[in-house]
Amino acid sequence: MLGWMAWTWPTALLFVGIFSAIGFLTVLELKFPGGAERVGILRLTTTRGDRLFITLLGTAYIFLAWLGLVGMPLWWPLAISIGWGVFCFWKV
Amino acid sequence: MKTQNQRAWFFVLPVLLLVAFNALIPMMTVVNYSVQETFGDNLFFWEGLRWFQEVLQSERFHNALGRQFFFTFMILIIEIPLGIAIALSMPKKGPWVPVCLVLMALPMLIPWNVVGAMWNIFTLPDIGLLGYFLNHTLGISYDMTQDPVAAWVTIIVMDVWHWTSLVVLLSYAGLVSIPNAYYQAAEIDGASNWAVFRFIQLPKMKTVLTIAILLRFMDSFNIYTEPFVLTGGGPGNSTTLLSIDLVKIALGQFDLGPAAAMSLIYFAITLLTSWLFYTLMTRDDNKA
Repeated sequence: MLGWMAWTWPTALLFVGIFSAIGFLTVLELKFPGGAERVGILRLTTTRGDRLFITLLGTAYIFLAWLGLVGMPLWWPLAISIGWGVFCFWKV
Repeated sequence: MKTQNQRAWFFVLPVLLLVAFNALIPMMTVVNYSVQETFGDNLFFWEGLRWFQEVLQSERFHNALGRQFFFTFMILIIEIPLGIAIALSMPKKGPWVPVCLVLMALPMLIPWNVVGAMWNIFTLPDIGLLGYFLNHTLGISYDMTQDPVAAWVTIIVMDVWHWTSLVVLLSYAGLVSIPNAYYQAAEIDGASNWAVFRFIQLPKMKTVLTIAILLRFMDSFNIYTEPFVLTGGGPGNSTTLLSIDLVKIALGQFDLGPAAAMSLIYFAITLLTSWLFYTLMTRDDNKA
């Protein structure tokens, strides 16, 4: 049934990761409503969901920039992305 | 008694399902394509992130991207001020209001491929009204099928003709919603026309202008039909915008992997730019 979608394990895991992050945020929101809103270091008002979005979008750009400017392997952009995610949830 | 519950979410469910089927699932398929190679027959071979690297480092992509940004920049810098100017000069009441509104709405009612075909015929040097007039009456050499500059002028003018109305209508809606008291206060203070525009009209139009800029950015960044029908991306590659190049790779060459990688990069650019626009332009509202 899903054959036409040409699934691979890595891409499936990527989506499982994104959807479980969204699911986790939903559970958090039900337990602690309000989205933990605050004004971060970029002077933006962000909720948990905003911070996840900024993390994911930034990660995409870090990997694309590395692929375009440097190439393989991708351990460094992975480390930078994790750092970026921590920074987003901590300060932004 | 509880006055609030989460039941309203169930009403959003149909939309969610619809979006899942027409956007999310195709998008996931594109992600799957972007890491594989196929020769048809639904057979796929793992390639990893090779296509992304290839697209990002290819000159063809850089050029198409550059053309795309140039096109979007040009139409925004023309359509937004022009739209505001036209909205300011439109009557606020009286019998001419509906006439102006209908006239403004007309270009937007025409389907995109018809707009492309219209402008194609209109600007052909030997039979088109504009093309013939420029070439044979004024003696200006103008041929958008041969000359890249003429082709660029034509696609930009065509887009301005087609979509400035959107900016006009949105700005106009913002303008007529300003209460008269603001203008009366400005008159008492002896404010100049420029001051009225700068401190009353422009701030009051901010929300609609944000929407106008966002819509025009996204539409023009994803534009395909009009330039494709008008110039077909030519002469040469001079008006091959990102979407035209993407279709060439995906359907012309049947390179689904690179095309999928390219469309994801394309998507990332649209997403970031729209998010930046929206965040920067609504930042002050959140503070208040």
